[in-house]
Amino acid sequence: MSDLTRLTIAEARDGLAAKQFTAEELARAHIKAMEATRDLNAFVTETPEIALLRAKESDARRAKGAVASGMDGIPTAVKDLFCTEGVRTTASSHMLEDFVPTYESTVSMNLRKAGSVMLGKTNMDEFAMGSANITSYFGPVKNPWRLNDGKDRVPGGSSGGSAAAVAAHAAMCATGSDTGGSIRQPAAFCGIVGLKPTYGRCSRWGMVAFASSLDQAGPMTRSVRDAAIMMQAMVGYDPKDSTMANEPIPDFEAALKGSVKGLKVGIPAEYRIDGMTKETEASWQAGIDWLKAAGAEPVEVSLPHTKDALAAYYIVAPAEASSNLARYDGVRYGLRESADDLTDMYEKTRAAGFGREVRRRIMIGTYVLSAGYYDAYYVKAQKVRALIAHEFAEAFKRADVLLTPTTPFPAFALGEKMDDPLQMYINDVFTVPASLAGLPAMSLPAGLSADGLPLGLHLIGKPFDEETVLRAGLAIEQAADFKMLPQLLRAGS
Amino acid sequence: MTYLIQGKTGDWEVVIGLEVHAQVVSNAKLFSGAATEFGAEPNTQVSLVDAAMPGMLPVINAKCVEQAVRTGLGLKAKINLTSVFERKNYFYPDLPFGYQISQYLHPIVGEGIVALDMPDGTTREVGIERLHLEQDAGKSLHDQDPNRTYIDLNRAGVALMEIVSKPDLRSPDEAGAYLRKLRTILRYLGTCDGNMEQGSMRCDVNVSVRKPGEGLRTRCEIKNVNSVRFVMQAIETEAERQIDLYEAGDSVIQETRLYDPDKGETRSMRSKEEAHDYRYFPDPDLLPLVLEQSFVDRLRADLPELPDTKKARFMSELGLNQADAALLAGDREMAAYFETVAKGRDPKLAANWTINELSAVLNKRGLDITESPVSAEHLGALIGLLMDNTISSRIAKDVFEEMVETGADPARIVEAKGLKQITDSGAIEAAVDKVIADNPAQAEQYRSGDQKVTGWFVGQVMKATGGKANPKMVNELLRKKLGS
Amino acid sequence: MALDTETVRRIARLARIRVPEDDLAPLADELSHIMNWVEQLDAVDTSNIAALTSVADIRLPQREDKVNDGGAPEKVLANAPDRQGNFFAVPKVVE
Repeated sequence: MSDLTRLTIAEARDGLAAKQFTAEELARAHIKAMEATRDLNAFVTETPEIALLRAKESDARRAKGAVASGMDGIPTAVKDLFCTEGVRTTASSHMLEDFVPTYESTVSMNLRKAGSVMLGKTNMDEFAMGSANITSYFGPVKNPWRLNDGKDRVPGGSSGGSAAAVAAHAAMCATGSDTGGSIRQPAAFCGIVGLKPTYGRCSRWGMVAFASSLDQAGPMTRSVRDAAIMMQAMVGYDPKDSTMANEPIPDFEAALKGSVKGLKVGIPAEYRIDGMTKETEASWQAGIDWLKAAGAEPVEVSLPHTKDALAAYYIVAPAEASSNLARYDGVRYGLRESADDLTDMYEKTRAAGFGREVRRRIMIGTYVLSAGYYDAYYVKAQKVRALIAHEFAEAFKRADVLLTPTTPFPAFALGEKMDDPLQMYINDVFTVPASLAGLPAMSLPAGLSADGLPLGLHLIGKPFDEETVLRAGLAIEQAADFKMLPQLLRAGS
Repeated sequence: MTYLIQGKTGDWEVVIGLEVHAQVVSNAKLFSGAATEFGAEPNTQVSLVDAAMPGMLPVINAKCVEQAVRTGLGLKAKINLTSVFERKNYFYPDLPFGYQISQYLHPIVGEGIVALDMPDGTTREVGIERLHLEQDAGKSLHDQDPNRTYIDLNRAGVALMEIVSKPDLRSPDEAGAYLRKLRTILRYLGTCDGNMEQGSMRCDVNVSVRKPGEGLRTRCEIKNVNSVRFVMQAIETEAERQIDLYEAGDSVIQETRLYDPDKGETRSMRSKEEAHDYRYFPDPDLLPLVLEQSFVDRLRADLPELPDTKKARFMSELGLNQADAALLAGDREMAAYFETVAKGRDPKLAANWTINELSAVLNKRGLDITESPVSAEHLGALIGLLMDNTISSRIAKDVFEEMVETGADPARIVEAKGLKQITDSGAIEAAVDKVIADNPAQAEQYRSGDQKVTGWFVGQVMKATGGKANPKMVNELLRKKLGS
Repeated sequence: MALDTETVRRIARLARIRVPEDDLAPLADELSHIMNWVEQLDAVDTSNIAALTSVADIRLPQREDKVNDGGAPEKVLANAPDRQGNFFAVPKVVE
């Protein structure tokens, strides 16, 4: 790994400003790293020409004194569900294997305007459905973190490719999307930072939709400061998305300046579950202790319906997905299987175009919306969701931010947890509640398990209070001092 | 008097409910910024949102919301300040999303009323169940290619108002009257142009039959009938079909049917699969639509005078009878024309001329009132000339004909052709005297009791005066002169 | 709640996804397993709460009635699997 790929966004920003190197040099170093780490299968489409073009444009801007933002010249990977104009966008599905959008998503356009340099489109779970990046049509992604047992580890999902690319230093940062934990859980598995903003902060226009009331774009980076910098470039009111909030946008990086003295950190009792490893619990406790040492005040809070969140999620998300994925019918774009008549075409195309997990979730979603079941399942789940949102609001009367582990266990091996979809769903048990309530949440690396896999801590904030989440995250980051590199990048590996 | 169909086993009543889909008058579509104009080249009025590309999202058009509320107010209906958009999920190639954004449990407009003017002078109220906003689908062309269907999405996403009547209609005539009244209201408000041939207003007809006094029996839906005449025919045909089934001991299956005007029959649309399960749920890309009462009040205050109010005013203030008032108020442009004609003149005369002479010309030439060769001002002026006796009604008809040909001012025509009525009694008396003197035989006929010859004498005097003598005066003088 | 193969067949039809006959039973088991798990929500008391309509606590924004989109058939048709001039083409519907 070259020096240039060791840098964080903040460091690169300083280096570029000080003319220690150019954006083109940064791009070339990362393109090489991207090539060298192809075994991880983190990218579906590499875009080195575009990267170099944008890097040169960045250098030209800088020469004129017209630096666009803190992201100007920063090598960025884009999850393959953000539609990128003229560049294949697949959502890691056979259905969209050859789909080339004639338009650019708002978030990726915002990053473009901010000067970021697109390295490529990252691999993901198909249509964002998964927690291990094993459902991709283009093959699973490998976690750059591994043990000496000869097994590949999963990077988490659905933003597995983005997380792996950032953890492997093939990209300085990446966009992810989070519906039930798809930014935070892979961030935890890969030892990086992943932030899911408040629902309505980032525009969903141009993002391949999975579950509309839950999907949110967010940054995946190697430091909390980097997440703040990248977040700044991604947000912005978009009138093309009716679910966007027109809230004032703070300076996220400035939010890092404050201390956490007197900050009330809520510790929800119900997050102490059976499936949690002892090390996860210990890591959680360490997080509490670090914040306390920095002057924060832990308080017990109760979120009694935490245990029902996952079930509610696996009713609501598939229901919305079953409707959002109806447009993939072979008529106007995407895969089309040859057929004798229209119904034949629909059925064959969708059976061939969608993988097993996607088909399963569409079926569940169709079922829970169908006549006779809508009230019992969908309406019920939305009521439970309202209860959960209400509980969080109550908890936030006593606490400023909540701290939990991100996942019950660290990255498992490829091939494990395959017998039962429910085993896979448990990955999201800690991340899903914040998604259901639309709250901002961030995962950051706290340390390693005994055998050497990253453990993540999870901060949940009040609506539109990413600032407190970032500030608390910085305090943990400073105390944790997580400097470990994945085995892939250590000398001699 | 109830409309009844005589069957073999007795009389049958028909129960009809109509669902009208009315395209909203707006520049852009309901949830996208593409244009709504009719007749454009295929797929040239399609935004990426309408084509349901990955990642596309709907944003609602404020004008469409306004038009729906205004229509609701025109139907004297309850405006629901909170309404919800739901997805109606099904697969069809002209439905790009695989769902239609519609409203299900919480429509924007609730119950209302449409008043029908019946031919016997009474008013019958038909209930409106609800009105909601929804997207129109694109167009599928099945006849362009033997193996393939062509899809044009220009119409996909255009705003529709679905107006559902209560099953209050009881005859094909009532159904026709309802549709015409509804169309009038929509055109008055400018919320839909009501053009059934172009498809901007479509009707689904729900028909069931029953023996008088019974509850409701199974109904069938006849979809997409595109003229008032076909709606009326379809109802008759379908009612008879159902009666035949019941009288043969069979039952009626609830199903969707199509009306074939060439064969004069309805056909089942039932395909291999079972009934649709639309799996309605609130669209997560949209929030509930919340309106302020002040917004509704403002729209109400700015509404134009509606047909029922106008008709009532024509009757009470202008003294027109129900039939004439209803006819004139039935079309906004016609009413405006009439009011200009009637301004400062005898409204009944104005009504007469507008309904009879003018409409005859328009019908003959296939013109709309807005294309009238005679302006309202000129027709009014003509009536003014009649009223002040400048010309007789016979002459007025001639002047009118000339006005139709040339579009000229009636006063100018009268002047140019010297058509002023002769009202000078001396001049008429002289003419009468001369005619009597010239025709002693006919004068003798009159004196010996043959009153019929009066008409002949009037004709002669009119001829002698070039048709300009005031007929009333001619009659009076003739009687005076001949009678003595 | 256990799903039977008939239900799975019906759902597959509604979702327009072909499921081979042999796969119906195993798929029914998979889906039943998941449905049995989500049914834990039956035990939650939701009598005093309304279903969530959105986590976004805002009014539905409305746009101006302006034509500012469309007019670019090439963009719309760019990824069409089958087109005829400016029409999308699909196999015929069997009525």
